[in-house]
Amino acid sequence: MIRVQQLTKKYGPFTAVKAISFEVAKGEIVGFLGPNGAGKSTTMKMLTGFLPPTTGRASIAGFDVFDESLEARRRLGYLPENTPLYPEMKVGEYLRYRAALKGVPGSKVRVRVGDVLDLCQIKDRESQLIGALSKGYRQRVGLADALVHDPDLLILDEPTIGLDPNQIRTVRELIKNLAEKRTVLISTHILPEVEMMCSRVIVIHKGQIRAMDTAENLRKNHRAVGELVLEARAGNDAVEALKSIPAVKDLTAVSDGEWTTFTMRLDAKTEPGAEVMRLATERKWEVRELHQKRATLEDVFAELTTSE
Amino acid sequence: MRTFFVQTMREVRGIFYTPVAYVVMALLLALIGYTFQAVISFLNKSPSEVTVLQVTFGNGLFFFIFAITTSLITMRTFSEEFRMGTIEMLTTAPVKEWHIVLAKFFGTVIFYSVALAPTLVFFAIFSYVSNGHPAAKGPGAFGSAYLLLLLLSMLFIAIGNFASSLVKDQVNAAVVSITVKIIYLWVPMMLEEMLNITDPRVRKASEFISPIIHMRDFSAGVVDSRRLVWYVSLTVFFLILTHHVFHSRKLKS
Repeated sequence: MIRVQQLTKKYGPFTAVKAISFEVAKGEIVGFLGPNGAGKSTTMKMLTGFLPPTTGRASIAGFDVFDESLEARRRLGYLPENTPLYPEMKVGEYLRYRAALKGVPGSKVRVRVGDVLDLCQIKDRESQLIGALSKGYRQRVGLADALVHDPDLLILDEPTIGLDPNQIRTVRELIKNLAEKRTVLISTHILPEVEMMCSRVIVIHKGQIRAMDTAENLRKNHRAVGELVLEARAGNDAVEALKSIPAVKDLTAVSDGEWTTFTMRLDAKTEPGAEVMRLATERKWEVRELHQKRATLEDVFAELTTSE
Repeated sequence: MRTFFVQTMREVRGIFYTPVAYVVMALLLALIGYTFQAVISFLNKSPSEVTVLQVTFGNGLFFFIFAITTSLITMRTFSEEFRMGTIEMLTTAPVKEWHIVLAKFFGTVIFYSVALAPTLVFFAIFSYVSNGHPAAKGPGAFGSAYLLLLLLSMLFIAIGNFASSLVKDQVNAAVVSITVKIIYLWVPMMLEEMLNITDPRVRKASEFISPIIHMRDFSAGVVDSRRLVWYVSLTVFFLILTHHVFHSRKLKS
């Protein structure tokens, strides 16, 4: 559905997006992840035809977003960051205008608008001025707008930013429901959201793609910040002995007089649990607990986006 | 084509939703009404050959009102879309940039025509209270005078839209637009009347560009096709400039 090849965007000497390439297949929900200023919005703006790329190509449903921009735009629904809307218009009026603008046939405009009002649960706000709506409702109006012409592809730029937890849950449920028939590219920096919704994650940092995989695989393959915790009744030699294990980078020991908690920071992709256990048996330590903390998506994110 | 009509209607509505629209309409009618009344009392005191129509539209105050009101109504067309960010919603819908520029132009022209139309009532009232005394040299003179008004408002709206596409803030847009129009209106008059330049070439040039001089002819019922070409081509020129600025500004946003 989306094909991006070597896409680059430069603003003068500053490169916002550096030669990124990725593909999104039909029916996927892909999370676009990265810290502020990573190039998420810029990439999305290029996909929607709002910004031209400096070099590289991108296409939507086979249509080049720049050369065949109108055809590409007909097939996508876009929710920009901060949801800009005309405050002087009423919700229903705005959506009818947008539907007509996006080419919904005149006879179907009312039906389509009715459908998206239902879908986004804003039927009761139809005759309210957009300027008088709360942030959560504005967001849903923006979403209804993105959906009104029944596009195959949805591009949503931070759809849950600035919402309260209840609103976030509503919007998230909504996006999940929408995704049944559509392809969705969603940018966010709320990580649990990604794990709950997305079939695949693209992590972008400083304009470059750092990782592209399922959330599950990302977590599995990144153990750099992994920790091993051992709680045991051990002798004074324990600290030295544990430090001698090659995978252990750093060690802290806290004792309550009887039990000592050893927290070991580990090298990437190592699992020295068995070795520690062997050591404990050899030296006859009494072990109460031994576990390796699994990296969360947050750890992965932090690792991928704080280096260099 | 449909998107163009949809967008034009949205522009017309957009203007009618702003309080500025009603201020402009009231200002326009009040000030033209005032000059109309002043013209009649002046003609009552010193009867002359010129008609009520000629003096009403042929005075400096009228053009000043025209320059101000067209600027007030166009100041937000582009600047507001960029300021609010709605430009992103607009240009990511399947609409051509040219359609947006033209829709904003024609939307404003429609509004301004609606705002100007009630001035026709002034002349109807005049004819009623003066027992059929002609306000103009025949009905054709009304046609030609209002034709020039339409052409001039198209040019002024194109200038106003252009100013709005240039700057971020709508107040700046109004200032730029009013300044350009006042220079355009007053320079020919200034050369001739204030600086007393009597060179026939200057005179010829003034005749060619000055709307105030054009109105003298048109309100007497004389339609000069050179003037039509002048206004239409200038309007098209400003629309093309607006499109260019809009396009390059979108790329930078």
